[in-house]
Amino acid sequence: MVVADSNVRTLSDPESTWHQRFHSSPMKIEVNDLTIRYGDTTILSGVNLNIRKNEIFGIIGPANSGKTSLLKALNRMDEFTPGMKVTGDIRVNGLDIRHVKNVYGLRRSIGVVFPLPVGLPLTVFENVALAPRLGGMNNRAELNIIVERCLRRAALWDEVKDRLNSLGSLLSGGQQQRLTIARALSQEPDLLMLDEFSIAVDPVTTMRIEDILKELRKEMTIILVTNLVQQARRLADRTAFFLNGECVEIGVTECLFTGQVQDQRTQDYLSGRFG
Amino acid sequence: MHHFATTGINQRNSRTQELFRLLFMMMTVLLVLPVLIIMVTLIYKGGAIVTLDFLLSNPLDGMTAGGIFPALFGTIGLVTVALLVSVPIGVAAAIYLSEYASDTWLTRLINLAIINLAGVPSIVHALFGVGAFVIFFRFGTSILAASCTLAVMTLPVVIVATRESLQSVPMAFREACWNMGATRWQTIRRIVLPNAISGILTGVILEVSRTAGETAPIMFTGAVFFTPFLPQSVFDQTMALSLHLFVLSTQVPGVSEALPYGVALVLISIVLLMNSASIGFRMYLRGQKKW
Amino acid sequence: MDAVEVHRHSFQRNRDWYIDQFVQHLVFLAGISAIVLIIGIFFFITKEGMAFLFGDVSMSEVFGSMFWEPSDEDAPDYGILALIAGTASVSGLAMIVAIPFSLGAAIFIAEFSSGTTREWLKVLIELLAAIPSVVWGFIGLSILNPLIIDLFDVPVGLNVLNAGLILGLMAAPIMTSIAEDALKAVPDRYREAAEAMGATRWQITFRVVLPAAKNGLLGAVLLGVGRGFGETMAVLMATGHSVNIPGSVFDSVRALTATIAAELGETARGSEHYGALFAIGIFLFVITFVINLSADLIVRGVKES
Repeated sequence: MVVADSNVRTLSDPESTWHQRFHSSPMKIEVNDLTIRYGDTTILSGVNLNIRKNEIFGIIGPANSGKTSLLKALNRMDEFTPGMKVTGDIRVNGLDIRHVKNVYGLRRSIGVVFPLPVGLPLTVFENVALAPRLGGMNNRAELNIIVERCLRRAALWDEVKDRLNSLGSLLSGGQQQRLTIARALSQEPDLLMLDEFSIAVDPVTTMRIEDILKELRKEMTIILVTNLVQQARRLADRTAFFLNGECVEIGVTECLFTGQVQDQRTQDYLSGRFG
Repeated sequence: MHHFATTGINQRNSRTQELFRLLFMMMTVLLVLPVLIIMVTLIYKGGAIVTLDFLLSNPLDGMTAGGIFPALFGTIGLVTVALLVSVPIGVAAAIYLSEYASDTWLTRLINLAIINLAGVPSIVHALFGVGAFVIFFRFGTSILAASCTLAVMTLPVVIVATRESLQSVPMAFREACWNMGATRWQTIRRIVLPNAISGILTGVILEVSRTAGETAPIMFTGAVFFTPFLPQSVFDQTMALSLHLFVLSTQVPGVSEALPYGVALVLISIVLLMNSASIGFRMYLRGQKKW
Repeated sequence: MDAVEVHRHSFQRNRDWYIDQFVQHLVFLAGISAIVLIIGIFFFITKEGMAFLFGDVSMSEVFGSMFWEPSDEDAPDYGILALIAGTASVSGLAMIVAIPFSLGAAIFIAEFSSGTTREWLKVLIELLAAIPSVVWGFIGLSILNPLIIDLFDVPVGLNVLNAGLILGLMAAPIMTSIAEDALKAVPDRYREAAEAMGATRWQITFRVVLPAAKNGLLGAVLLGVGRGFGETMAVLMATGHSVNIPGSVFDSVRALTATIAAELGETARGSEHYGALFAIGIFLFVITFVINLSADLIVRGVKES
């Protein structure tokens, strides 16, 4: 297996743009015996799961079940989070992420969308151009292409194309959330992690974003943490059910929703008996 | 009966309350009044001689008359060099404390050191300046030695103001940036600093106002009452407004009465203008909404 | 061409990674500068004062004698008792003036005023704190001096009273703003609870807010004391600068700080007198260090509880 470390930027087609120059390489993720603690509190204990390439992997479960912490661990954000301690191993395309020498490279290959939208205090254009710029891209023409493409894919282009120079942090909540998605896409991620993205978005936009996600899975692996079980049903190939820091069950989404569950708690949650 | 009694107590209470309010107000007024009295007196007695010519011409008759240009020039020079030393170090220190340091014993020690550095008497800073910069580092009594002493003294001002404005940038922005694969430094340079820069500037203006008025730290490290020439380099001695005022009002006989008032007025105007600018800028920034 | 597999992302260290590491180390150096400087200050003033500390003059003489006559060629005296008395009397009077006024002003600003009034008062207090000490000294010299002579019919107006008033005005703004912070730090629910019980504003202030803020207020007073001890120029200009154990507020005195400021320029490096001035510096450094440290511990105790 060729790990992403073998990056050699030798292709130099003058006609090509940034995103065409490199192959996408959707991530495959293996998580073994993952335990996450904050101080003395255990947030997640002994989680095992595999996420396949180009899969939309749904994670459902009530609040405080450790879903967000799992995403943080995948991104190695624990290093920047005071008190957070991760044990167990996480492999990305076979590579243990603790052995990644440049954690920033790992994070650049993973796009994250938070529950609450964060429009950076930059212009709309610079919000989306930030990730390419961080990667060393400064060619205005190519940036224009990337920004437009990402904003289009995030279903935001039509609304902001006339005010690309206004502050991204002053857009409406729903627009900021799509801006966040556009920003994540501008990273050209191999894995996209969405954490309850629809909380701050209206239903119409939610549906549009869901359509986009179905398109995106051709290029990347997607982890979809959601509080809406129906959203997981609409999108996810397989779904994991988390409860109180434990991964209760993982199954093919359709099977879970048609009653083929192994654990009664999953059944209860899906049928709305708690949550 | 009962009803009336309560009313009586309430009336007494409200009268007491009014009395206390007046008392505290009087105290506040008495505290603030001196600034106004001082300003009025200085303007009344020294205002007449403060002209552009006074600011831009040399002293005459053994310093007892004429203008204050060399002192004004020296103060500006001292402040500039002090800023060149303290702002980079102070801003970097604040970046470390706000963006990199976690809550360890070392961080607590640094914070303690900053507080104590701010509390060291100015004359002790002067002794340090003599021992360290003049003698040990062989700067001699020079602008460089005096400015370094001033820089050490005002470093806490820069650090504290910068740290506060860095911390006013919401954490969520940093997290969003880190999640995109930005290094800590990239995050600081592209998101945190641009949004904190005006707050930092406020702190720097405040520092200018503190630095310009200091006397004790520069007395033995680089400022002198009289030099025949303007300083040519940072290794020369210089005149300074604050020292000028001190010597004029204590040691020089036959000074015209208006002269020290004029110098004091210029000095206090520089300091208060800078300070007001800093406050005004801070208020303006508070009104700006970027998120 | 096609055979080369190229990924979009590399996990290898790159230029940005190294820059980040470099910056991290650089700002760390700046970060510990405050510690280095505190140690440096102590080191360098001790270095210069060392010869005196371990020289011919015994410490019991320094702290036991009230004669400070370092220029006496035959038998110089290095007693700092009178200088300590000078500093203490001026700082003491300054605190008597500043404490009630700054606490009163802090209470007025924090509890009895609001909106624009509050903002403007805070601005004025801040400006008051910004006036340079040499200007305060000049005011003592040229405004307060004749005023005291006229009012109290005394021959000299440069004395404990003059310097105490000046120093009180200088220390008050700092004390006011820290005390105001301490009062503001008292949670509103305390006030609301008392209000619900029918207490009036001043009752709330005296029975609830002041007791709750007492550590912060003590910290404010301590910082004021620290400032008073360390103040140099104003004290130099307004005390009259004569070595004296004051019998009344109309006596001239001389302060520790002022002595250094007045005499350092006239001494030769390495002389006994020079060393004595640095030794006073060490004494001042240690005292203000202790005062500031305790003020900080007390104030921080408030924030943590």
